[in-house]
Amino acid sequence: MSEGALPPTDTAGMAEEQPPPGPRRMVLNLGPQHPSTHGVLRLRIELDGETVVRCQPDVGFLHTGIEKEFEVKTYQQAVTLTDRVDYLAPLSNNLGYCLAVEKLLGLEIPPQAQWMRVMLTELTRLNSHLVWLGTHAMDIGAMSVFLYCFREREDILRIFEMFSGQRMMTSYFRIGGLALEPPRGWAQRVGEFVGRFPPRIDEYEDLLTNNRIWIGRTRGVGAIPLEDMLDLGVTGPMLRAAGLPIDARKDEPYSSYERFDFEVPTRTGSDVYARYQVRIEEMRQSARIVRQALDGMPAGPWKADAPHVVLPDREKMKTQMEALIYHFKIVTEGFRVPEGEVYQVIESPRGELGFYVVSDGTAFPYRVHMRTPSFGNLQAVPRMVEGALIADVIASIGSTDFVLGDVDR
Amino acid sequence: MLPDSLRDRGVALAVEAFDAGAVQGGRFDRGEVTLEIAPARIASVCGYLKYDQKFVRLSSVTAVDRYPAEPRFEVVYHLHSIERNMRVRLKCRLPGGDPAIESVTSVWRAADWYEREVFDLFGIRFTGRPGLRRIMLPDGWEGHPLRKDYPVTGSRV
Repeated sequence: MSEGALPPTDTAGMAEEQPPPGPRRMVLNLGPQHPSTHGVLRLRIELDGETVVRCQPDVGFLHTGIEKEFEVKTYQQAVTLTDRVDYLAPLSNNLGYCLAVEKLLGLEIPPQAQWMRVMLTELTRLNSHLVWLGTHAMDIGAMSVFLYCFREREDILRIFEMFSGQRMMTSYFRIGGLALEPPRGWAQRVGEFVGRFPPRIDEYEDLLTNNRIWIGRTRGVGAIPLEDMLDLGVTGPMLRAAGLPIDARKDEPYSSYERFDFEVPTRTGSDVYARYQVRIEEMRQSARIVRQALDGMPAGPWKADAPHVVLPDREKMKTQMEALIYHFKIVTEGFRVPEGEVYQVIESPRGELGFYVVSDGTAFPYRVHMRTPSFGNLQAVPRMVEGALIADVIASIGSTDFVLGDVDR
Repeated sequence: MLPDSLRDRGVALAVEAFDAGAVQGGRFDRGEVTLEIAPARIASVCGYLKYDQKFVRLSSVTAVDRYPAEPRFEVVYHLHSIERNMRVRLKCRLPGGDPAIESVTSVWRAADWYEREVFDLFGIRFTGRPGLRRIMLPDGWEGHPLRKDYPVTGSRV
């Protein structure tokens, strides 16, 4: 320890050395490299026979210091960092960050950009839920669902590629609007996809919803009372599966979500099966939102009228001196953001995603903190599995739907 | 000592009525309420907000390093009331030398990991709670990366 940098800590740590008492007791180390932990998560599990007595998650294996990195990037550059936090829902992260900075700047975003953002974040939700469903079913032993889900996911990734040139790290939302003009033919491509997607959800349900093995493995498993989840910081589909209709898209609407007609699905089981039902229903609702965005997409500009923040059109740069100057200034020094702090919350596929952005008036964020849904949700895993059987641990952690990049940042 | 911008905010008035000595200032900016709370009173104010003002959720705990200014650290709490559909931000200022503050894990269990993260990355100690140890970095790591005097690049010698 260097010059007093570290205050005294609780040295008990993970208490790995002491063997648990009794002949039936054993310690099982799940991960950090384990296919069912969806990343690098380590669970230290104490067993009594097949019953979990104690579960201690150990996180941080994917910690890359993204919050520190924000402080040396300009506001515009930092958009690319947000993709890499929750790599299954990059556009949700882009949106949360852009909304926070736009709130600091007081920027007005034109309707087409807002609707395009809604449409693409809902496609992101579908993408994320499809990966979740495929891998969660595979964890429990239903192999073929994975193939079905990734078939549709491929279509969504192709749409992302069409918009941004990237399949995963899209960075398509920028402060003040979108990164590029929506490509020619996007409406037809998205239209084809939402046309064929809802029957595909029925296919997944055919495989699982009434499947006796699926029900046996999920119903009544991993249940937590609602009060405990609220106390432990759980958000998103897990709360809705316990009967609480909480959704930031409805409660604190952003990016014109108040203009869309959709329902917040809830169930009351609060178990793995209820979480599955909620997410399946959310996919149907997301498809509905995409359809509405497609049909009602307003015309007009796709970036804000804010020359000091948004890069000028290429054509203008060739004919107008101010445009060229703005371009030079934005690219070389970034733009200054007024002093202040905001906390912007959006509903990511996994739950409440909050961006706390502090500005000191310069072109670099003074501090960015991400309140990521996976971090909160993972905290509830011990409560979920303690007292249950070891075989149910995998189903329980699968139903939490965390992404380790989102936990560790 | 509530600033005038918070005079018409119910939650700010309620906290002042509960414990006038705890409120050291605040701000209403861009539609968000910020209350500055005396560090010694944070747990009791949080308990009041949770049980009497229906802020059942602790959304996040984080910190900001104002180095080289003093008091150097701000510990920031974001509270959420589902019933009132309202958020409030609490802020405590701590000095740079051995920063420590009372833990709120007794109010919300969610604070456990959030506080461990702040301890790990800022070196702010939370008192009156068990298991305060690093969460992101390895146990033997030196320094606290989110402090402003911690370098962004460079190699260890």
